[in-house]
Amino acid sequence: MRRHAAFAGACLAAAAWLVPYAWMVATSFKTLREIVERPAVWLPLSLDLGAYREVFATIDVGRSMAITIAMAATIAVLQVVLALPAGYALAKLRFVGRRFAFAVVLACLLVPAQATFVPVFLMFARVRLIDTMAALIVPFAVSALGTFLVRQALTRVPDELIEAARMDGASEWTIIYRVLSPLLRPTLVSLLLVSFVFHYNDYFWPLVMTTDDAVRTLPLGVALLREQGTGVRWHIVMAGNVILSLPVLAVFALAQRHLVRAVRGPI
Amino acid sequence: MLAPTLALLTVFFVVPIGVAVVESFFSWDMLTPAVFVGGANYRALVAHGALLAIALRTLGYSVMVVCATMSAGLALALLVDRPGPGFALVRASIFSAYVVSWVAVALLWMALLDTNGGLLGNTLRALGAPPVALLGDPRWALPTIAAIGAWKLTGYAMIIFLAGLQSIPRSLYEAAALDGAGPWARFRHVTLPMLGPTSAFVGTTTLITSFQAFDVVRIITQGGPARATELFVYAIYEQIFLDLSVGRASALTVVFFVLLLALAALQLATWRGRGAPT
Repeated sequence: MRRHAAFAGACLAAAAWLVPYAWMVATSFKTLREIVERPAVWLPLSLDLGAYREVFATIDVGRSMAITIAMAATIAVLQVVLALPAGYALAKLRFVGRRFAFAVVLACLLVPAQATFVPVFLMFARVRLIDTMAALIVPFAVSALGTFLVRQALTRVPDELIEAARMDGASEWTIIYRVLSPLLRPTLVSLLLVSFVFHYNDYFWPLVMTTDDAVRTLPLGVALLREQGTGVRWHIVMAGNVILSLPVLAVFALAQRHLVRAVRGPI
Repeated sequence: MLAPTLALLTVFFVVPIGVAVVESFFSWDMLTPAVFVGGANYRALVAHGALLAIALRTLGYSVMVVCATMSAGLALALLVDRPGPGFALVRASIFSAYVVSWVAVALLWMALLDTNGGLLGNTLRALGAPPVALLGDPRWALPTIAAIGAWKLTGYAMIIFLAGLQSIPRSLYEAAALDGAGPWARFRHVTLPMLGPTSAFVGTTTLITSFQAFDVVRIITQGGPARATELFVYAIYEQIFLDLSVGRASALTVVFFVLLLALAALQLATWRGRGAPT
């Protein structure tokens, strides 16, 4: 009985999230007339694809999506590839300045892109990198958080394993990418997915680093749908929203376990 | 092995802070040559209490988001901390908002709250009440975007609180029940104290995330109405891209960085004080 009451409560709570989503999808299939009509039309009478056609006519969805996915995937892969050797050096190698290097990584954890975009914009403007993929990717090629997480995970790997690999004549790079990376699979998969989703979704950095269509990402394009027309074009904006959200929701549906673990990571 | 990491971190995190400090002492519009002006940029920001207003507004927004996110996240975690696919689906629905873009969330809520054809407007009209333009009212705009921020982050808080709840040993509840503690007493004297470190973690991470809020403001209100929603990062954005004032944008960036350091210090203090959640 208590369980049923709890489930009813949980469904009611979930409605606070699902009803807005349902409204978004329903609106994307409406016609302009159905949006402005009084009394209000709650659900569209037919699945009108006019709003979606309008989105495709206004922004180059295929190109924007390709740019966004290429950018996010490149960042995610670079972060993993570069975090491994750095985390390895911090966790397993003895050298002068190791504590200082680790302190630099920790300090960078505290500095978000919102605190660096003004000077980085000026630096990129000086070398004419504004409106390039490089401006979107290179500042995030290294993740302080990723380096930190790999370092933490590696401290739990016994040194004997690395010694044994060295005895067998393995180079440091073989140890990092062949011996240790399979052991860190859960950490690396989480890092890859979280990084991909974050940068796919990111609005802030592409907004401040681009001024034209050359490398406009999908979140920028969809946000622009709302700025372009006046009045109620909500069916078009919501259609853009659906297109923007589907890929990340697909990733979420397929890899929910990894994303949740990544979020729960520090606990 | 460390070289690429340290080089990139230096170029994109350490050097920019230095560049911001230097630029904050110049007046520059990116077109004409820069002029050294000493502390004039800082004085201009402090004048008329503009800087204080932005900082307090950002803090107010963050505190609202943190309070709403933590209470809703904890309540939901307690509600859905049960086995079964039904509850798993509910958890996934709530957490999904944390996964989608801020752009999608901001546009969705603009549409929902729109007085013409939005869900809120339509519902009010159906009930015979006049539609309210929450986002157009200077008193309500900031609490409204804070509510939108909390809607997005609640799933995050819920997931962390669930992890916290699941780490509380069953034996503590059994011992409390043996001592005659009812459900409320068990919650008050077992669950809440045991969630201390988790709460500190959720609270400080949400506070720092909210302090950096930009997307909701840029997309929904552009700082308006009457500057009611001009948050810190948006103010920096306005200075450099709308007013073309590199010096003031840099000065604001320096202040923003110092405030973030203060929040980070607060974070470390709460984690140390209550035991780090590791």
